[in-house]
Amino acid sequence: MSNAKMIQSDISSVLTSQEMAEIDHELEHIPYKSGAAIDALKIVQAGRGWVSDESLQAIAKYLDMSAEELEGVATFYNLIYRRPVGEKVILFCDSVSCWISGCDGIKQTISDTLGIDYGETTEDNRYTLLPVPCLGACDRAPVMMVGDDLITHLDDNKISEIFASSKSGGQS
Amino acid sequence: MPMIYVDGQEIVVKQGENILEACLNAGLDLPYFCWHPAMGSIGSCRQCALVQYQNEEDTRGRIVMGCMTPVSEGARFSLKAENATQFRKAVVESLMLNHPHDCPVCAEGGECHLQDMTVMVGHRDRRYTGKKNTYRNQYLGPLIEHEMNRCIACYRCERYYRDYAGGKDLGAQASHDHLYFGRHEEGVLESEFSGNLVEVCPTGVFTDKPFLKQYSRKWDLQSAPSICQGCAVGCNIAPGERYGKVKRVHNRYNDEVNGYFLCDRGRFGSGYLNSDLRLDYAGIKNPDGSFFAVHQQQALDTAVEWMAGKKVAAIGSPRASLEANYLLREVVGSKNFAPGFSDQEADLIGSIVNILQTTKSINPSIKQIETADAVLILGEDVTNTAPRVALALRQSVRNKAFELAEQMGLPPWQDAAIRNLAQDQRSPMTVVSAMDTRLDDVASTCVSLAPDDIAAFGHAVAAALAGETTDNTEADAAAQMLKAAKNPLIVSGSSMAHQGIINSAAAVADALNQATTMLSFCVPECNSLGLALMVADGSSSSLKALAKRAAKLDALIVLENDLYRRGDKELIDQLLASGTKVITLDMYENDTLDQSDLVMAAASYAESQGTLVSSEGRAQRFYPVHSPAAERLPSWQWLLRLAKITGHKKLAKLENFDQIVVACAKSSPLFAGLVDVAPLNNFRDRGSKIPRQTHRYSGRTAMNSDVSVHEPQQPKDHESPLSYSMEGLNRDQPASLIPFVWAPGWNSNQSLQKFQSEVDGPLKGGSSGVRLISSSQTGAEISPQVGKIILKPHQWHLVPMEQIHGSDELSSHTDEIAELAGRGFVAIGRKVAEKLAVTEGDGLLVKQGEIECSLEVRILSRVAKNCIGYSAGYSETQGLTAGSLVGLEVDKAWRRSGPEMIASDKAAFEQVIGGGGASNV
Repeated sequence: MSNAKMIQSDISSVLTSQEMAEIDHELEHIPYKSGAAIDALKIVQAGRGWVSDESLQAIAKYLDMSAEELEGVATFYNLIYRRPVGEKVILFCDSVSCWISGCDGIKQTISDTLGIDYGETTEDNRYTLLPVPCLGACDRAPVMMVGDDLITHLDDNKISEIFASSKSGGQS
Repeated sequence: MPMIYVDGQEIVVKQGENILEACLNAGLDLPYFCWHPAMGSIGSCRQCALVQYQNEEDTRGRIVMGCMTPVSEGARFSLKAENATQFRKAVVESLMLNHPHDCPVCAEGGECHLQDMTVMVGHRDRRYTGKKNTYRNQYLGPLIEHEMNRCIACYRCERYYRDYAGGKDLGAQASHDHLYFGRHEEGVLESEFSGNLVEVCPTGVFTDKPFLKQYSRKWDLQSAPSICQGCAVGCNIAPGERYGKVKRVHNRYNDEVNGYFLCDRGRFGSGYLNSDLRLDYAGIKNPDGSFFAVHQQQALDTAVEWMAGKKVAAIGSPRASLEANYLLREVVGSKNFAPGFSDQEADLIGSIVNILQTTKSINPSIKQIETADAVLILGEDVTNTAPRVALALRQSVRNKAFELAEQMGLPPWQDAAIRNLAQDQRSPMTVVSAMDTRLDDVASTCVSLAPDDIAAFGHAVAAALAGETTDNTEADAAAQMLKAAKNPLIVSGSSMAHQGIINSAAAVADALNQATTMLSFCVPECNSLGLALMVADGSSSSLKALAKRAAKLDALIVLENDLYRRGDKELIDQLLASGTKVITLDMYENDTLDQSDLVMAAASYAESQGTLVSSEGRAQRFYPVHSPAAERLPSWQWLLRLAKITGHKKLAKLENFDQIVVACAKSSPLFAGLVDVAPLNNFRDRGSKIPRQTHRYSGRTAMNSDVSVHEPQQPKDHESPLSYSMEGLNRDQPASLIPFVWAPGWNSNQSLQKFQSEVDGPLKGGSSGVRLISSSQTGAEISPQVGKIILKPHQWHLVPMEQIHGSDELSSHTDEIAELAGRGFVAIGRKVAEKLAVTEGDGLLVKQGEIECSLEVRILSRVAKNCIGYSAGYSETQGLTAGSLVGLEVDKAWRRSGPEMIASDKAAFEQVIGGGGASNV
């Protein structure tokens, strides 16, 4: 479905009324509709885990933007997911403090445990592994986030503990 | 004027410009990518780095970006400093990390800005040994090829397409080393100006798709200065030819007209020149309706036989040159000459000429249009009727932003800062039209009115400006908007075929009564205005008058004109099928040719020279790109030969093109300026003619050896100061004689700056063209308005919708343009669609008297009450008359189009089922 052809009824068939209400709330604070682009993407992603083409077109229409314009915003930010991700996203810091503290080996352990590399999702769809440049917790390096939880002072034991239920290759 | 030092050299610069511009103006080669004279600076590519020193003692200096650094008195810079040259070299090396080594198979090769800059900075050996990124390319329609791997992330495409041309469907995606420029999903680019991406992209990401199918290197193309024949705007173009085929059309800079940009009809609409349906030989009709080919002399002898001592009339053409029209009129005499407009069009364009000759306002060039700070458009969808003007109007709404920038002390080239500052604040534009226009997105107000009401609206604005009270608040607002502006602009035109609208535009302009008021009219064809000037003395005939006399005429000459596009079939049949011998000069298969008794194969604009008068009244010369193929002759040569054989008193003395121009200039005071349009045939630049070929043009003696191994003599051009040769200089000549741009070290079109007197200024050889119309300033003389239309129940007011792709006769014969044009359509509002229970793609029958057209439905977002639109100029809508009252019903026999048939298949399909016609002589 091309963005230009999408009409009002198409938007409401894609976006839920709650999503639209939350976007409307953001719009109250902003002089330009397109200013709510990032928030709208986050709102939709919060409920659905990621932003599909269909969702993106609907949001664009809702904010009077072209799909290209919104796509530019959506793909610029690493944490807006334009492809499906697992139930939890592992944001693994590979920046300087974590690197000095040996994050390379820990990443290998994660990959071995879960059977996935960066950008991949486990077969049971529980985890997606992504690199991130810094989580602002260098004093407790190496660190990562799993879903909304920050996990610090990582070592191989901790990794096995966290992912105990997910064995290699995603066979749980 | 401040003075700066560059590497110790004193340079006087312009206040307010940046160092990059200053260096280019001084003739220094400072490499750049993202900066563009029409789009300003964003400092994204880091290529124009140079060193700035604090003072005389400072020996280390610091790196600054030339395009982002304003000049200031006494500032010190170095281009040659080691750290600057190293920096620039490093920038190119980093751009090369992902750039493929595919120059030999890249269409940009040989005219690539990236190649030029790479050589200029001295980068040669790649140190990077890793893998290069590969991207998935997108299908962007029939005009533009996409090859993302070559991207160097300068952002020019996005800035041109979105910021400058107002396109919405192309943008930057992602970031750092996986940046991507493309659409959200594959599909045809929506902008009517997408072709400029080819010239804007500094490398080969966006290339000319039709050109790729028949590719030649820039250095192998033979080019000539030419004028676009696609509409009346008169954009300057440089078509490139090889092997007898016009392979591509590039922009030719004229600071007052098209600047750096063309529309897609202009750039891609010349494909028909290479069609098999072009006429190669003259032909005489057999009794069975087919034609047999004859030599030029036979054709002329036959014509003379039919004409000598007989009653002969002739019909000219608004798409033929002034010279050809002039000769034709002289051959038969004014009284027997009809200009070849439809009678309605003749009145409309005649009245536009009248208004331009008397109005108190300025008739602006495109450059002046860009300065407007308030625009009122009455009845025109400018993007479809005068596309390049619409691109200028898109720039005019940015004047608000430049005003804000000036208040903040920001120079106009600070592009990103100014866009941030202004956000969506724009100068006001009011569009009054019957339905959607392609400028609605930048208009501050859109008013949907039927044609009669648009005229009334205009007059209400004029009344409000004159201080009268009106009960029309929208008109009052428009009047206020114009009054508050420094450079108000009123745009109207003939596309609605409505005299009242034209009158009202003139009334508004005069009511403003302000020295800076601009009034611009869009007219339909490349020489509409020239022809209107020619018949302005009123001594000529009309189609209707000739049709009445048709039975008494012995012969009728038709010049480059398909009359069936000019009037209803009955009238034209009366003209052509009344026993009169019809002699036609044309280049492409059409209905009028089929009705002729003798056809003379006319050369195209790429094979002949002539003068056209643009909608601005600017007379401009086009020159042949290559000599005519087969037995084609330029129309003016056919007619001159004819005149000589018949022993025409005046014309028989004329020997060459220049003499025709002089005779034409003498024929009317309005044409006095014609002699100055371009240099005469005897012009020489340092002893030589101007070469049409580049100095490294290859294979000249060998490229036709598949036909004959004998080395042919180069064709000679006896009529113009250009030669079919590579010998001579292409430098500093008059602007009307620049066939292509190239300078040492600058193979790409960016070499243009070496031809400009200053960055973004006129060419060193001036701005080409002579404006023929000057106004007496006495106040616009307007023609009487025809009566109001009164609708009966179940009737609709039929409003023409000109289409950039599809409405123009010749460009529509180009496959790519035909594909974009789609099927003929009827456009209705959403409510009407609901009432008739139709959706886009369904069929409706439009009934105008006995004519019934079955058309595809398009649904509009705004439309005036009781109005429906139709695709003007399409074969499906031939016979429908603008402004008529029609009935509308659902077409039950309609079949929705399935998966679209691509144009090339369509042509093959038609050849199988069709065949025959005058082109098959």
